[in-house]
Amino acid sequence: MEKRAVFQHRLLPYLLVMPQIVVTLVFFFWPASQAVRQSVLAEDPFGLTTRFVWAENFRGLLRDPDYLRAAGTTAVFSISVTALALASALLLAVMADRVIRGATVYRTLLIWPYAVAPAVAGVLWLFLFNPTVGIVSFALRQVGYRWNHLLNGGEAMLLVILAAAWKQVSYNFVFFLAGLSSIGRSVIEAAAIDGAGPARRFVAIVFPLLSPTVFFLVVVNVVYAFFDTFGIVHAVTGGGPAGATQILVFKVFRDGFVGFDLGRSAAQSVILMLVVIGLTVAQFRYLERRVHY
Amino acid sequence: MVERQPVLTVLTHVVLALGIAVVAFPIYVTFVASSHALPDVVRAPMPLAPGGHLVENYWGALTEGLRTVGGAPVGRMLLNSLVMALAIAAGKIVISLLSAYAIVYFRFPFRMGFFWMIFMTLMLPVEVRIVPTFKVVSDLGMLNSYGGLTIPLIASATATFLFRQFFLTVPDELLEAARIDGAGPLTFLKTVLVPISRTNIAALFVILFIYGWNQYLWPLLITTDQRMDTIVVAIHRMVAVAEAQVEWPRVMATTMLAMLPPVAVVVLMQRWFVKGLVETEK
Amino acid sequence: MESFRVRGAGVVAVVVLLLLAAAPAAAETEITFWHAMGGALGEKVKEIAEAFNRSQSEYRVNAVYKGNYSETMTAAIAAFRARQQPHVVQVFEVGTATMMAARGAIKPVHALMAEAGEKFDPGAYLPAVTGYYTTADGKMLSLPFNSSTPVLYYNREAFKKAGLDPARPPRTWPELGAAATKLQAAGVPCGFTTDWQSWIQIENLSAWHDVPLATRANGFGGLDAELRINSPLHVKHVAQIAEWQKTKTFDYGGRRNEATAKFTSGECGMLTESSAGYAGIKRTARFDFGIGMLPYWPDVKGAPRNTIIGGASLWVMAGHTPQAYRGVARFFSYLSSPEVQADWHQFSGYLPITRAAWELTKRQGFYDRNPGTEVSILQMTGRAPTENSKGLRLGNFAQIRDVIDEELEAVWAGKKSARDALDAAVRRGNELLRQFERANR
Repeated sequence: MEKRAVFQHRLLPYLLVMPQIVVTLVFFFWPASQAVRQSVLAEDPFGLTTRFVWAENFRGLLRDPDYLRAAGTTAVFSISVTALALASALLLAVMADRVIRGATVYRTLLIWPYAVAPAVAGVLWLFLFNPTVGIVSFALRQVGYRWNHLLNGGEAMLLVILAAAWKQVSYNFVFFLAGLSSIGRSVIEAAAIDGAGPARRFVAIVFPLLSPTVFFLVVVNVVYAFFDTFGIVHAVTGGGPAGATQILVFKVFRDGFVGFDLGRSAAQSVILMLVVIGLTVAQFRYLERRVHY
Repeated sequence: MVERQPVLTVLTHVVLALGIAVVAFPIYVTFVASSHALPDVVRAPMPLAPGGHLVENYWGALTEGLRTVGGAPVGRMLLNSLVMALAIAAGKIVISLLSAYAIVYFRFPFRMGFFWMIFMTLMLPVEVRIVPTFKVVSDLGMLNSYGGLTIPLIASATATFLFRQFFLTVPDELLEAARIDGAGPLTFLKTVLVPISRTNIAALFVILFIYGWNQYLWPLLITTDQRMDTIVVAIHRMVAVAEAQVEWPRVMATTMLAMLPPVAVVVLMQRWFVKGLVETEK
Repeated sequence: MESFRVRGAGVVAVVVLLLLAAAPAAAETEITFWHAMGGALGEKVKEIAEAFNRSQSEYRVNAVYKGNYSETMTAAIAAFRARQQPHVVQVFEVGTATMMAARGAIKPVHALMAEAGEKFDPGAYLPAVTGYYTTADGKMLSLPFNSSTPVLYYNREAFKKAGLDPARPPRTWPELGAAATKLQAAGVPCGFTTDWQSWIQIENLSAWHDVPLATRANGFGGLDAELRINSPLHVKHVAQIAEWQKTKTFDYGGRRNEATAKFTSGECGMLTESSAGYAGIKRTARFDFGIGMLPYWPDVKGAPRNTIIGGASLWVMAGHTPQAYRGVARFFSYLSSPEVQADWHQFSGYLPITRAAWELTKRQGFYDRNPGTEVSILQMTGRAPTENSKGLRLGNFAQIRDVIDEELEAVWAGKKSARDALDAAVRRGNELLRQFERANR
């Protein structure tokens, strides 16, 4: 965390850090404080009549069964997306690490989804699973299963989880591959000489050495699942059916952009923000330890 | 790997092939949809083989397709997207590099305070603070400009964080050696740090370029001049047609076109991309 | 003396020339018009704006696409707060209450036209179309631009196959149920489906049967309105459809217009959908189809009355110069002219807003060439609207629609009874109404 060798200049560091700080202050902190201020107001969308209502927005949220349900849905969603995206990526990375020939090709092909905008990804998956015209739902019908995520909440949830995880797999894949490559050969070979098979080696050596990467990715994926998946949910299920896929960030958007209840929406953002801060603090603390180690 | 077990090797390739099939399938479907005519796309099921309208759809998308949504010509839109993505990537890299350098290599009051301030920007995504940010941008007279499109999005923590991690792993001996040679901080930065950070810079460039390229809500909000539209905005425009029929083949063709630059960037730089992140993990 | 006069004349000449040169540039007042029409519709809007610009030289309308309806409205709100608001913005019908309540942010159309001295005859507009956007005493607040109403599309070929008369679509819900069952017997997987379920099966159910959707004249009378969508008629209707869902006589297809694909692919034999979906259906259906009026329950006194519109209207934002407003008024007059309206109506499938445009379209033989396209207008103009069928004026209605969608989905999935779902929708919807009231007191 601390470097031994440093420069002693007084003014220079401030100058170096200023551009980022200025931009952050003007374009983040100032608007963010306005957004936070909004959470204690009851205001019409155009800002013509404003009233301070202090914690009323927050209290209303915690009393709202819809909101609590969305919180539960978000938890299930985030855990599932993270688990699926990490597990698949880990598997693919381990496999790709074993391969010497064609590694570049595999890597290239697996990075594609990362380049697709979230909302567009949502539309693609909708195309595949549309109960009437989707290719996958058609195939399922051939084997006797009628897919209809418009009526079945479980199927809707599965669909958004798949779409969201799909996008993240390539990001995780690259990190895992990088992490695997940096584990020294000698350690693995020593274990092999001692008679440990590939599975045993993975569990006892590779995975523990990979754990900082795993933890880092867990937090990044959870943040992604909390925030950046809004586009996918919006495009694929719109939070339905009957609120089965309504995650918290989607509710923020719906209340703010569709319902124009900026106060309520801001209150939800504040809560989300606190949750993410909590997660990030935990990550930061852990990584600090790791760097020492 | 260590042993040579043919079974495992085969299994490895099978898993990878399956992985690729799953991952690439939606994109393949997009491609197929972009090669058919509309009635074929909306009936069940859409054929899995590409259709005969490929050239027609892509040509239409390039020349007229975007015209019918009242936007700027394709070339202009691609340029807008390119400028936005490049400016954001470059901007973020430069200011993050400087900030991370200051935070790691200097001791000064509020050092960690600044770091946390920068870090906090991860906590509140753009969508949530979009209305007040719009007001700030408009007060500064930056609407409808490349500046307004890019500068507000340059405030971000990921790059700073990544650079900080990397700088912490740089051996102190390098600094000592530079000191002995009489180099000042800026010289050290320019001649030592930046060159060895090259792989990280490339990696970040890929991530940030894609981020900038895929921006939708922000450009939509702050530009009223349609010559400032980006290509992702154009795609959304084709889908949001209220009660009319969405022109799916056109949308898919434009989506494929819009994906090409980011994918190209990823593919071309993926060598540096992976290496860059490896350094960080040390 | 001589040279002085010559020089003086020269100066005057230069000044005059400068004034002449400057004059045209200053005379064109720009009017910004933000809309949510994507695709071919957006192109048409641009054409209309350009035709207006060419027809006169004082004003220039700049039509800008700002995203879908929500995004456009968000843009307008953000712009207003930053004092960058456009002159005209297209707002969807569920945003009407929000716009209306923002008295300081908008300029009502009737006031705009009066102040600009523009000829404006409220009687020339079709009451069922404009009723949504007028005050309780008939003053127009926003200009209807793209309005549609739900109709019944049916697969004529499937009808023939099932032994039904392809020229006679079912007129009542019981008839529709019978037809749907016959269709299924003939091999059609599903009898009927619907788009926009809240708009068609709840809101229009109320209007078509002259039954209140909410108290206070559906909200026109005050912010303290309460929902009444759990009335016996509503419960009966939803319960019947739920019954049908069990046997796929009805099959749910999505909240918006995703269900259209079920009809055009031949899976469902009938579809209740917006009249504006006509163009898309014509392009993608590979069979002969017909259009009928929205079915009704024959045992309800007063049915059928008239259906209400969906779509959007044009609102004028406050804070601009009188000069600009004169331009907006001129543009609105242009938009309301029979030729422009008839052209827009025929191109898009949206309803014409004036009687004159309707007549013109008839004279042009459009309805003869495209049978069934007049159904929507006949449905809306058959009888004068009552306070139950003028439209709605409820705040947070976009979210209330979401609530209704959610509750209905629970019914279709067999998780809730119609009564429970509608009661829940009323409860949750009323909460949203109270929030709106609180924020706009």
